[in-house]
Amino acid sequence: MAESTAVPVDPSAGHEMDERKSVVILFSGDSGDGMQLTGDQFTNTSAVLGNDVSTFPDFPAEIRAPAGTIPGLSGFQVNFSSDELYTAGDSPQVLVAMNPAALKANLSELDPGGTIIVNTDAFTRNNLRKAGYEANPLDDPSSFSGYELLQVPLTTLTRNALEDIDSLSTQARDKCKNAFALGLVYWMFSRPLETTLRFYETKFAKMPDVVEANTRALKAGYNYGNTVEAFSGRVTVPSRAVVEPGVYRRITGNEAVVYGLVTAAKKANLPLFYGSYPITPASPILEGLAALKNFDVRTFQAEDEIAAMGSVIGAAFGGALSATASSGPGIALKSEAINLAIVMELPMVIVNVQRGGPSTGLPTKTEQADLLEVLFGRNGESPIPVVAPATPGECFAYTVEACRIAVRHMTPVFLLTDGYIANSSEPWKIPEVDQIEAIAAVHRQDPEGYQPYMRQEDTLARPWVVPGTPGMEHRIGGLGKQDVTGNVSYDPEDHEHIVKTRAEKVARIADFIPELHIDGPEEGDLLVLGWGGTYGAIREAVARSQAKGLKVARGHLRFLNPFPKNLGEVLGRYKKVLVPELNMGQLAFLLQAHFLVPVEKLNKVQGRPFQIREIMAKIDELVD
Amino acid sequence: MSEAVDVPKALTRKDFVSDQEVRWCPGCGDYAILAQMQKVLPDIGVPKENIVFVSGIGCSSRFPYYMNTYGVHSIHGRAPTIATGVKAANPDLSVWVITGDGDALSIGGNHFLHCLRRNVDLKIILFNNRIYGLTKGQYSPTSLSGHRTKSSPMGSIDYPLHPMSVAISAEATFVARTQDTNTKHLSEILQRAAAHKGTAFVEIYQNCVVFNPTAWDHTTDADVRDDNILFLQDGQPLIFGKDLDRGIRMNGFSPEVVNLSEVEESELLVHHEEMDNPNYAYMLSRMEDPAMPLPFGVLRSVSRPSYNDLLMDQVTTAAEQRGTGDLQSLFTSGDTWTVE
Repeated sequence: MAESTAVPVDPSAGHEMDERKSVVILFSGDSGDGMQLTGDQFTNTSAVLGNDVSTFPDFPAEIRAPAGTIPGLSGFQVNFSSDELYTAGDSPQVLVAMNPAALKANLSELDPGGTIIVNTDAFTRNNLRKAGYEANPLDDPSSFSGYELLQVPLTTLTRNALEDIDSLSTQARDKCKNAFALGLVYWMFSRPLETTLRFYETKFAKMPDVVEANTRALKAGYNYGNTVEAFSGRVTVPSRAVVEPGVYRRITGNEAVVYGLVTAAKKANLPLFYGSYPITPASPILEGLAALKNFDVRTFQAEDEIAAMGSVIGAAFGGALSATASSGPGIALKSEAINLAIVMELPMVIVNVQRGGPSTGLPTKTEQADLLEVLFGRNGESPIPVVAPATPGECFAYTVEACRIAVRHMTPVFLLTDGYIANSSEPWKIPEVDQIEAIAAVHRQDPEGYQPYMRQEDTLARPWVVPGTPGMEHRIGGLGKQDVTGNVSYDPEDHEHIVKTRAEKVARIADFIPELHIDGPEEGDLLVLGWGGTYGAIREAVARSQAKGLKVARGHLRFLNPFPKNLGEVLGRYKKVLVPELNMGQLAFLLQAHFLVPVEKLNKVQGRPFQIREIMAKIDELVD
Repeated sequence: MSEAVDVPKALTRKDFVSDQEVRWCPGCGDYAILAQMQKVLPDIGVPKENIVFVSGIGCSSRFPYYMNTYGVHSIHGRAPTIATGVKAANPDLSVWVITGDGDALSIGGNHFLHCLRRNVDLKIILFNNRIYGLTKGQYSPTSLSGHRTKSSPMGSIDYPLHPMSVAISAEATFVARTQDTNTKHLSEILQRAAAHKGTAFVEIYQNCVVFNPTAWDHTTDADVRDDNILFLQDGQPLIFGKDLDRGIRMNGFSPEVVNLSEVEESELLVHHEEMDNPNYAYMLSRMEDPAMPLPFGVLRSVSRPSYNDLLMDQVTTAAEQRGTGDLQSLFTSGDTWTVE
């Protein structure tokens, strides 16, 4: 205990403490510099301290992109605040640049008056050339006017601190420079070291010398901050004043999907089958579930996307709660099998963690351009429900809800997330498991009067009868069929009837989902309507516009097929409707088609989330 | 007292006949395979409701509709993937994949390979007629080079695959060949497949009377078939011919046909199904007419834990080691903080 808290007794002695409501820090370096881990630790520590946090990890698609170059940069932006937060922040106030490329790529993003920490050891001629600098920018202080520039020889200082750890190579010791940088930033923002020290002990449990090296580098960084008088002042960001009581943790969207699937299976009292093929950015879901076999989770890493989808259909037929996840290109491959699932009317959840497209596109960047793909990217009339959580934490509840819809309505369901909410994190109030409603999954046992496509009156769901049940052996497949009996039929009336029945079945889900909630005036000049991971930026932009006195309302759709029942009526109450989307206008297209209303569009396809100011500017333009 | 209830009624062939009208062409080899399957299943010791047939697309893939068991008529080439999911959800089921040369080896080639590699506990029954029947007569991946079809009017320029060779290369633990017209042999092989733990692959020479009616004449015509087929029997030397007067021995790295009037029987190869090394089985799978007889029977039958057993072992082991999963403690693992 004493050892792990052995940082200076009164670290603030002799330094000004400046209190701020929120700060955005961007850690940027080579993809081998450990920036994700560093950012993650800073976020955990701040969350445990009681700040609201929101993060935006941004990394290259290549595992080891060329070191020292701008394309090889890996960044982690964290916003921490004493207020509620909705985004990772438009722009940072602090930039930690581990090399010249990180400085070059991010300096223009930094807020005026911002602080820059650079690792001067990395400003070699070679690195400067790779970053595209003709001369060392650190030699010209005028280029940093308006900023606070802290030049720290991170590599040298780390080496000095770890000099006597003989069991580690110089290379291994140099890897700890991120811990030094983290320690320095902890000092600047008055954070405790415990959370990270504990993390080192767990993560490197089998390598005590690595624990020792990181621990020492972290403390050295902290002490360095305390010792050198290079800083204009320390900053504190107090914990949030008003927070719903409860136990909290951080969660990413992908983690929340994992927890949601396991929870849904438990609540349905069924084994969970998860068939998947690795793909960015959905793979963490497969990895997360593979580690939870003690929950009777059966993971299957398939040979391809098609096999993954096929296995999920088979497992649903076999009686398990079944799910898969992929991203746009994989969903394209799965589309034929998804249609089989629609025609077999079996429950399963298909997660699409959207990334930049088309084709291979931008694997590690975010986009919302698969909405029309999941709705319409298959042959024939192919209705499927679509659910889209808005934040990382929401991915939990909406995954459970997607499973509930799948089972209650006997249909595959799409859960649309995106690379942004999948990888970003936020505080998550841990739910009471007992309070989560059970999922009524019934495998029919009674053969009396059974027909494979007989239907429930309210939902039009067919019965779920699984192999192993005596007296109800039946055959189903992808061919045209007669309703009720499920027999193969090419009869024109039979075909039209079952096509319409499938559509009606999905449409009736609207009877079971909540109406769209509106935040702001009930009617007025402008409604800003969003869906999915743009929630934070839209919410903050509308809140700030409302604070300026603009009559702007906001709604966020979690159900995209079917739409909430009141959507058409809500749209009619505003003079203008603005739909900001990270695509070329896909929800706008749907709204215009469904409701024949004009829709203003704000579109961005840069592989990055919206900035609050971008949406505010559009609101200003429309309301003035 | 409750004996009548406890002892299940013995199943018969009729229990496995569904109410659907069979719609294959008159004279199609599929009828014989269907009939044998319906005869064999009552005796494999599995309740009818625990049997699932999964097919892809093609003439053969209509098969599940005619079996009064659970069944899925799925999409082209994907039957092994669906069957894998069914078996993972409920390992107690006996799951059969019905497929054809196009379904398994062309559009579904990838799934076929990986299903065998994993040794998923399924039976894969491949009806090989060397032609696309349902689409009305294009060449298939087992059509011989030069075969003239509607899509190869000047003769196919593809080299054919050998289904059993592909299976053995893909780590198959059970590989056998039989024929639609030889009902006794077909029945034996289906029973052997049913009893195998792991993926059992059976190639059935099946006659398409409409689009490729002469494909298997050399194995069905009474005057030549015995000279073209070698019936494998475990532990027995490789002997064939109408008068059982010829055998197979090794000459260097290759098998050769010898006449028993000139060669001692002790020089012949002796069949061993359970050889772990797949090279011998592979060699058998490459024996082709006219130079060599075609091997019928079980080429390879080795024991290896199935995918399903290994999967459920991990599930059980995980629960033993870490306790049956508790959601609340899962959620609170890692760094948490409490707001009062």
